Amino acid sequence: MNSLFYKNKSKRGITDKFLTGLSSICAVIAILPLILVVSYILFKGGTQLNLDLFLLEPNPAGYADPGGINPALVGTLIITSIATLIAIPVGVGGGIYLAEYSKGGAFSRFIRFGVNVLSGVPSIIAGVFIYALIVSTRIIFGSTYSGLAGGIALSILMLPSVIKTTDEGLKLVPNELRQASLGVGASMYTTILMITLPAAFRSIATGVILGIARAAGETAPLIFTALFSYYYVAGFDDLFYEMGSLSVLIYNFALEPYDAQNKLAWAASFILVLSILSVNIFARLVSAITNKTKRI
Amino acid sequence: MQDLFQQLLIKQRGSEVIKTNKKEIREIITLEDVSISYGNFKAVKNVFCNFKKGKITSLIGPSGCGKSTVLRSLNRMNDLISNCSLKGTVTFDGVNIYDKRVDPVEVRRRIGMVFQQPNPFPKSIYENIAFGARINGYKGDMAELVESSLRKAALWDECKDKLQDSGYSLSGGQQQRLCIARTIAIQPEIILMDEPCSALDPISTLKIEETMHQLKKDFTIIIVTHNMQQALRVSDMTAFFNAIKDEDASGGKVGYLAEYGTTNKIFNSPKQKITEEYISGKFG
Repeated sequence: MNSLFYKNKSKRGITDKFLTGLSSICAVIAILPLILVVSYILFKGGTQLNLDLFLLEPNPAGYADPGGINPALVGTLIITSIATLIAIPVGVGGGIYLAEYSKGGAFSRFIRFGVNVLSGVPSIIAGVFIYALIVSTRIIFGSTYSGLAGGIALSILMLPSVIKTTDEGLKLVPNELRQASLGVGASMYTTILMITLPAAFRSIATGVILGIARAAGETAPLIFTALFSYYYVAGFDDLFYEMGSLSVLIYNFALEPYDAQNKLAWAASFILVLSILSVNIFARLVSAITNKTKRI
Repeated sequence: MQDLFQQLLIKQRGSEVIKTNKKEIREIITLEDVSISYGNFKAVKNVFCNFKKGKITSLIGPSGCGKSTVLRSLNRMNDLISNCSLKGTVTFDGVNIYDKRVDPVEVRRRIGMVFQQPNPFPKSIYENIAFGARINGYKGDMAELVESSLRKAALWDECKDKLQDSGYSLSGGQQQRLCIARTIAIQPEIILMDEPCSALDPISTLKIEETMHQLKKDFTIIIVTHNMQQALRVSDMTAFFNAIKDEDASGGKVGYLAEYGTTNKIFNSPKQKITEEYISGKFG
């Protein structure tokens, strides 16, 4: 008769322990880069923080005083907002079509496939595409590199995640709810607007926010479209000219041989990482808060 | 002599006219040679049936005989299933509701539906009822409508103090009565119920059955039920559906209307042997 206790010396026991240990080690290694990157940037960039950083323009190379990153900060906000303004209506609309109107035919399968491909397209391709389409053709009031073009390029990167989360969020809404609404004589349009979209709001909002967080950190598409600017964004007209952004500022200044500019790059990295981190946390908060009130 | 005969004839014809008029009034929805398929699979075939106005009609039969399918065809809920198709005519208010010109949204406004699972909207109790009325263009006093609908559904006393609470805060039976109240609020002519009590306990079931007796005064009710006792308790008319092997090669079973008549007749002296066997619990 075998005893029911663990037999630590048995082959099975040893293999079990070994594999448990191995997967734990892998888990630690997987999280290590994130912890190291964030803590290194917090350390290097956090020490550069001061009020001037947020208010001033960056000084030209050679000055001992680095100045600030105000134009890049404002630029990132503007470019990301433009991208969001384009991607949300188109993405949510497309998602609604896929989840509610399409009947699973060839067209909707093609769109779903296309969205998946688009989400895998390298961001630099989106940049080159908008460069060819808008920047080099001067199609928008004759402007070449501009914040507007940058926003459009980023919206291409946001689009797949918005479409996908809308599509999947709507598909999670139980069919009973749709039938209930149609059963009391609501039209398709009323049902979507008043019943299904609110019920899926949580996942759509999370998807949109994560899309924004991804777009805000992109560098490659902006190099081809928004380029960079040392100067304050002073008015509406500046949308049509080169515009700075945090990610391109990091790209430009981190490679400079001057210490002052490197410091700015570190500070910008710090702000960028912190804001993307907080946007991600905000997305979680939104989903937690709406989860509580969802059933009212 | 001839005059007298003439008068008699006129009298007779007159009564005939009255009779037919009465008949027209009493039939609210008519199925003629209705067959419904899901893709290549035929679910029900050749159903002829007149549903009477102001009565409760129950559809009974074994699983897979297509009674729910028939019920859902009455307000075009089957439209939501992409490969579902219907042959034949369903006449309501003098119109074939499957006519190309008919807007299914309008049909559903006049023929409401209560589903198998209680499915309140994720809104407050008040909003659950106001929603349907509002989108149907109700202009009157909403609070009054909410109260009267909840009273008709026998739910008012239980929830009058928490109208702003979520519809999900109610118990299953209360949720189902909320769904009934929501349907009443749009003032339909017919209420379809698809096994409304199958997810409920006996006491809630009883309450819903009482509610149905109340509703009979104002609405025509057509109910699908698996519970023969329920059919016996609530309904005036009963339609028994059965499924047989389809002779069209496909090999699956196809549903058909085996017998239709007053509940009393169906349960006490059915014409068909199969009906008797089902009623007495020999199969199904």
